Amino acid sequence: MNPLIPFFVVIPLAGAFLIMITGRFFKEFDKYLTSMILLFLAIISFYSLFTTRENLSVYKVGGWEPIDKVPIGIYMVMDGFNAIIVCIINLVGFLSALYSISYIKRYTSGNYFYALFCLMIGGMNGVVLSGDLFNIFVFLEISVISSYALVAFGVEKSELEASFKYQVLGGLASFLILFGIGFIYWKTKTLNIADIKEAFNNGYDRTYYLFVQILILSGFGLKAAIIPFHAWLPDAHSSAPSPISAMLSGVFIKAVGIYVILRLFFNMFAVTEGIAILITTLGTLSMVIGVFLAIGQWDFKRLLAYHSISQMGYVILSTGIGMILIARGTKPEVAALAITGGIFHLINHAAFKGLLFLNAGAIEYSTGTRNLKEMGGLARSMPVTSATSFIASMSISGIPPFNGFFSKLIIIIAAIMARFYLLAALAVIVSIITLASFLKFQRYAFYNKSDINTNQQIKEVPFPMVFSMVVLSIICVLLSLLVIPDIRDTVLTPAVNILTDQLKYTTTIIGQ
Amino acid sequence: MIAYIMCFVLFLVGFYGVITRRNLIKIAVSMSIMEISTFLFFALVGYIDGGVAPIVDPADPVKIYVDPLPQALVLTAIVIGLATTAMMMAVIIRLYRKYGTFDIREIKNLRG
Repeated sequence: MNPLIPFFVVIPLAGAFLIMITGRFFKEFDKYLTSMILLFLAIISFYSLFTTRENLSVYKVGGWEPIDKVPIGIYMVMDGFNAIIVCIINLVGFLSALYSISYIKRYTSGNYFYALFCLMIGGMNGVVLSGDLFNIFVFLEISVISSYALVAFGVEKSELEASFKYQVLGGLASFLILFGIGFIYWKTKTLNIADIKEAFNNGYDRTYYLFVQILILSGFGLKAAIIPFHAWLPDAHSSAPSPISAMLSGVFIKAVGIYVILRLFFNMFAVTEGIAILITTLGTLSMVIGVFLAIGQWDFKRLLAYHSISQMGYVILSTGIGMILIARGTKPEVAALAITGGIFHLINHAAFKGLLFLNAGAIEYSTGTRNLKEMGGLARSMPVTSATSFIASMSISGIPPFNGFFSKLIIIIAAIMARFYLLAALAVIVSIITLASFLKFQRYAFYNKSDINTNQQIKEVPFPMVFSMVVLSIICVLLSLLVIPDIRDTVLTPAVNILTDQLKYTTTIIGQ
Repeated sequence: MIAYIMCFVLFLVGFYGVITRRNLIKIAVSMSIMEISTFLFFALVGYIDGGVAPIVDPADPVKIYVDPLPQALVLTAIVIGLATTAMMMAVIIRLYRKYGTFDIREIKNLRG
């Protein structure tokens, strides 16, 4: 039993209001408060990760105990899978907040920025920890509305346009999700995920729930920017301030998109082969089309945003393969391997994509441009940014010994063992194209020009930004240790078990 | 049944507006129409024919009550909808100040 669950939501929400009130009186207070809040949350999230392991803990909001084993209150659940996601949210959030201390001097009214940042973190923690469908929707809206505001934070032409696009598509996604929740409630008369699963076990109307599954998949797919729904992502992620881009790309699309899709489709709906094939197809499409859209970009934040779509494709593809195998009931160990690869890549992507966006912010901070053609020769004047972005680029392209290599290797091995040879081949090809586009990024940003041409005015960024980038690059290297069996059993295996075991989630929550 | 179909039609009206309108304000209004169709659907989900407001009356134990939970959900969703609409309007006003127009065809800084 983990007593810390409510703190993940309460502390950032309280922090947001505190910043709004005190920010008027104390100028420097808000930035350090945000970093301290997130450092504390990161520490307790790691504590939770290492204590949770195989056992679920449930927190009943308001102390409403179940009557006759029927849950009536709102449940917050911490298990092996969402403990990992909470760790990612709070760690990347902490580093982005620290990075913002220097970066946000470009903008006015920093206290609004930090208040919105805390609200976004609180919303994401709420989505991930919630065990109740409607509660997921409420927290989703908290985090999404604050992210709309943060995308538009620069209030220039392109920021506002991106935010408007994002709001229209995000609003559409919210309505689809709300309709899906309404349809589920109509049949089952409950909103608790575990209780809904229980109701499904007593009678599952396959055609009715197929429609609901499509609604939910398109709603959360829009939030996760899977390929037919991706139009908002490159605009929104490239227009936001860089620490927010790192949060949106590194964490946000996973926490409110991929996480919820995996949780609902593995632990709530009955796993059917049709939906599993649909999810795998969408993942493959994202992976392939995303990388082809990325390679032609010259605005490097846009390039990174398209790569987010492509890398999320890997995660969806490999969990989809796991889902197909579970639906067929064959080769459970290959299914577990595929899901392991997916979750591993999800963690890795948070580290290296967060780092790449922070690098992009550092370059923009020093040179004032985002166009790759206008920069060059930065390797000498910005050594730390150059070194860390090299690590991140090699990680995302899957070069050993960095983390991206191992997760992609696991995904490809799982695809081959499941006899999806075409998907394995596509994964390799996409990885090579990713390498090509990041070599382009490295060459044009950091080398290319001779020393004479380089502007002597360009200096390395201030300490908080350097610190965040260095810590994330160390994490990038250390995460490859997750491939070692003992460490994998501590972190990844509980998450995989909760997803592959159809009944454990429900029976544990209803039983408590 | 007709109420459910009307609710779906309302959703499609909003969706049509979002796709075809060129004016930012009209897009925001269409979003609100879609939102309201969702709320209407939730209210219909909780409705029971011949049911009364769910205030328990001990004198009459056989009374049929409508489901109160969707009503609570709709109230929450309306508050959230207010926030999204306000946010969208704020961005539209800022867009108007920058571009000097509400026409979405004129607002195309971002491409590719």
